Amino acid sequence: MGLEELYREVILDHYRNPRNKGHLISPDATAEGVNPLCGDEITIELNMSDGVVSDVAVAGQGCSISQSSASMMSEAIKGKTREEIEDVVARFRKMMSLDDSDDPGLDPERPGAVLGDLEALQGVRQYPVRIKCASLGWNTLMEALNG
Amino acid sequence: MTDLSHLKSDFPILDSGVHFLDSAASSQKPIPVLEAMDHFARTSYANVHRGAYRLSVAATEAYEAARNRVAVFINASTADEVIFTRGATTALNTVAFGWGMQNLGEGDRILSTEMEHHANLVPWQMVAKRTGAVLDHVAITDEGRLDMADYEAKLRPEVKVVAVTGMSNVLGTIPDIPRIAALAHRQGARVVVDAAQLVPHAGVDVQELGADFVAFSSHKMLGPTGIGVLWGAMDALEETEPFEGGGEMIADVTLHDATWAPIPHRFEAGTPPIIQAVGLHAAIDYLDAIGMDRVFKHDQELTAIALQRLGDVPGLSIQGPKDLDSRGGVVSMDMEGVHPHDVATILDEQDVAVRSGHHCAKPLMRRLGVPATARASFYVYNDETDIDALVAGLRRAGELFGVG
Repeated sequence: MGLEELYREVILDHYRNPRNKGHLISPDATAEGVNPLCGDEITIELNMSDGVVSDVAVAGQGCSISQSSASMMSEAIKGKTREEIEDVVARFRKMMSLDDSDDPGLDPERPGAVLGDLEALQGVRQYPVRIKCASLGWNTLMEALNG
Repeated sequence: MTDLSHLKSDFPILDSGVHFLDSAASSQKPIPVLEAMDHFARTSYANVHRGAYRLSVAATEAYEAARNRVAVFINASTADEVIFTRGATTALNTVAFGWGMQNLGEGDRILSTEMEHHANLVPWQMVAKRTGAVLDHVAITDEGRLDMADYEAKLRPEVKVVAVTGMSNVLGTIPDIPRIAALAHRQGARVVVDAAQLVPHAGVDVQELGADFVAFSSHKMLGPTGIGVLWGAMDALEETEPFEGGGEMIADVTLHDATWAPIPHRFEAGTPPIIQAVGLHAAIDYLDAIGMDRVFKHDQELTAIALQRLGDVPGLSIQGPKDLDSRGGVVSMDMEGVHPHDVATILDEQDVAVRSGHHCAKPLMRRLGVPATARASFYVYNDETDIDALVAGLRRAGELFGVG
């Protein structure tokens, strides 16, 4: 596993051009996440309507892994119900080996079938110190959803 | 060029080929330090200042010999001015709480700076809140040096203590402590120096420095973790109350009261870091054999090479002074379009170890307008090949992220 596996083009693209960046005018839910060890910061804002996340905004600063992960996450959760989002979060945590199993839960025959672009982050598994970077946005999202 | 290449083989950890450029965080340990601790633990170890038996006497002698060695190394008037602590952080907290809580109150001011490590800032924030004293900060210039005009302006008569770094752990800049101390003393203010970087890399003569308290750690100067030093001028220590109570620090204890042991023992509650004191002793012997002048010169020469070669790396900028005037071997870098954590991960893949993050100096990061930096720092075991590896790794980072 080399650096090219960690820094895949899709990650660098989301880092340079983060999706859903900024703030919502009147968010229904907000949470701020900070990694005190490295100083990375992410704010997640959500609007909910008819039981789904109708809009999401991501703000903050940090490394390519934390920022691209949050950017891809914002795309993955838009239009989804809370139940569907919890399913995505569970799959993401499995891919990051945060559920204590060695199985990343991905389908090697069909790249992208389980988590779409987010599967580009699977290289982070090999860099344990960076898993917390990838997870920052997701932990913040759950905080926002749980109010 | 100061050639210290014969020392490298004294550091077994470097056999792996790692280019270790994070000595500002903690230094590696040479064989003589490891062997001194091992030998002591095998032959002479017991608790100190307690037993009548010979092992305890031997351990006490070794522990007090370390205190004497430190006193000679920093030119203290007496070894009684040398207090062993858990590290520089505990030393600074001892001053903030032990001296500050006794001597500060409403209307008083504490003067710190914008470039302090959290260890010489947060304790003063805590003490300011408890005593009602006001905490103020000397600004730094855009180049990253202490703004002496701002210092003189903020050194108002109400300032009772000045807390300043001896050498910035982020920028490498070395403030003019003798002048800072002289100005502070004109109005009777005490001066506390966080010398965690200064002592390991430049050495300190506390008589020349002119401060009242000086704090440093063993683990940044080739010694073990778990021990540090608070030096205090005797009249300043006499104004200081013990900050921790327990065994070893008392003269007499009744159910409701206690009296203190003499200085320095009253500031060393509990079983001290005995094996670590022996290790620190060996580390000082090792550094003294090189000579602190040569240690500093070697750091500076590597810094000069680094500043020159890093200047050619596309997208890279250096935080802090670009010249060698009053600065040590710490270089903070910022690469456009590549976050410092990514820089550090990429460098690690090329066996180059640098620190990335805020370096426990978040207010300074805000002042510099960056969330974090990647920092390379040099010590006696580094050489030009480490800088070559650093430069190559940074170029690789730039390529991966499409910089330049």
